[in-house]
Amino acid sequence: MIDLNWYPVWRRNFLVWKKLAGPSLLGNLADPMLYMLGLGYGLGGLLQSVDGVPYLNFLAAGTLAYSVMNSATFETLYSAFSRMHVQKTWEAILNTPLTLRDVLLGELFWATSKSLLSAVAIMLVIWTLGLYDNFGMTLALLPVALLTGFCFAGMGLAINAVSPNYDFFLYYFTLAITPMILLGGVFYPPSALPVWLADIAAWLPLTHAIELARPLVLGRIPSDMALHGLALIVYGLIGFSAALALTKRRLLK
Amino acid sequence: MLPLILRGLTKSYGGARVVDGLDLELEPGRCHGLLGPNGAGKTTTLRLALGLIGADAGSVDLLGYPMPAQAALARRKVGVVPQIDSLDPDFTVRENLLTYGRYFGMKGREIEARIPYLLEFSGLAGKADAPINNLSGGMKRRLTLARALVNDPDLIFLDEPTTGLDPQARHLIWQGLRRLIGQGRTLLLTTHFMDEAERLCDVISVLDQGRVIVRGSPRELIRQHIEPHVVEIFGDGLSEWQTCASTFCRRCETAGETLFCYTDAPEKVVEELENHPGLRYLHRPANLEDVFLKLTGRDLRD
Repeated sequence: MIDLNWYPVWRRNFLVWKKLAGPSLLGNLADPMLYMLGLGYGLGGLLQSVDGVPYLNFLAAGTLAYSVMNSATFETLYSAFSRMHVQKTWEAILNTPLTLRDVLLGELFWATSKSLLSAVAIMLVIWTLGLYDNFGMTLALLPVALLTGFCFAGMGLAINAVSPNYDFFLYYFTLAITPMILLGGVFYPPSALPVWLADIAAWLPLTHAIELARPLVLGRIPSDMALHGLALIVYGLIGFSAALALTKRRLLK
Repeated sequence: MLPLILRGLTKSYGGARVVDGLDLELEPGRCHGLLGPNGAGKTTTLRLALGLIGADAGSVDLLGYPMPAQAALARRKVGVVPQIDSLDPDFTVRENLLTYGRYFGMKGREIEARIPYLLEFSGLAGKADAPINNLSGGMKRRLTLARALVNDPDLIFLDEPTTGLDPQARHLIWQGLRRLIGQGRTLLLTTHFMDEAERLCDVISVLDQGRVIVRGSPRELIRQHIEPHVVEIFGDGLSEWQTCASTFCRRCETAGETLFCYTDAPEKVVEELENHPGLRYLHRPANLEDVFLKLTGRDLRD
């Protein structure tokens, strides 16, 4: 794991991204910001406060986590699939001394990097609008975004490995991503859910990410920090291991 | 040292033996052709040789390294021109070469220094900053060839390098390949074009059902396996003529509406055919395609 063989793969993706950075940034960042501001001001105007803070402040951490998740997921599904299946970029790389593990690590770290960028954009909004309590604590959102990006990149690569076409990703969005957005605590505290549903939601990766991010925005130290962090790492590692085995079966059989 | 040694190579998929006890040795500095009908195991053999997949039995030695155990080491000095275009469409010509060189652990400066040569070699000088989508099919193929040379390989695998190209573009690729052979590099080429194999290859191995069925230079193969002349006969009255064909032809084969007459004495056949005005014919020397069809049959193998 320590070697840097994956770096040329990461760099390739970075160089392509750099060429198209304008539209890519807009697509990745404008969307969550509009959600946050629209819902935050719109719904927030109707609510006194949520969990003792203005709704926009409450929504900020959820938006950050959701944006990180989306970023890593889109990169490892649609973009990675284009490289793997349509452009045959991975196959070209596999003819060089690099291995499939190097390719997938490059993709994993690249998707994680992109999700970090999404986090930074949301953090800029949080800072600009003063939606935080303690500036120092908001800096800890970076490692949270890193873990969250890693988690969803690992899982996304596993889905990518078994996907016959782009349409297949809709299953993942409908069955995993959308439920997480709606149940993971982006828009309201999990305590608002009936107990049985909250118990299920507690297992979702996005819930763990929000359990870490929200207190940090609101100036509190997250409870069960190690548990949530570990959960994100474990989900990510399971995803990545599955991705490695399944992609090997797909490309190198 | 032999650049590639395959011994008793076997690989099955779902019970079907795609490669079945295949032996193959490449001599350095020569162009080797790997011919065979679809499904004969050519691509699987290449993938095994590159260490992309492991064999069920047998051994692969690539540039002195056992495969797939030391694949990464061996592939440092190997170039690959894949069958399907895999250039980076978001990059320019130069960026494609730069990025690919980095996969070999080369430094940017090192690759930059090599780019002018690669562009000249592939006839793409002046195209360094062209986006890939502006290149013609032939240019893309040449760039794929240049990309395979970025690491200065000793051994180059080419999987159907001219499929889909027009004659001009094919000839350019051939010139490039001849230059590479002249530089002392070893080539392993798969192709469905027998004229291509006949023109370029020093040694040809014909694969069928996962093993090498014959091996030799194009000339040797033609001499050993086929009569020197072919008269292709078609037109009205072929079926009547067919009955007396055996007296003039050493060996006859019918494919659709055409009779292939293989013979040592074409003059007699031609003389006889002149008496049948309804029949048309084409007399030509036997070539590698005739050998190939004789050895692997005329049935489709899809």
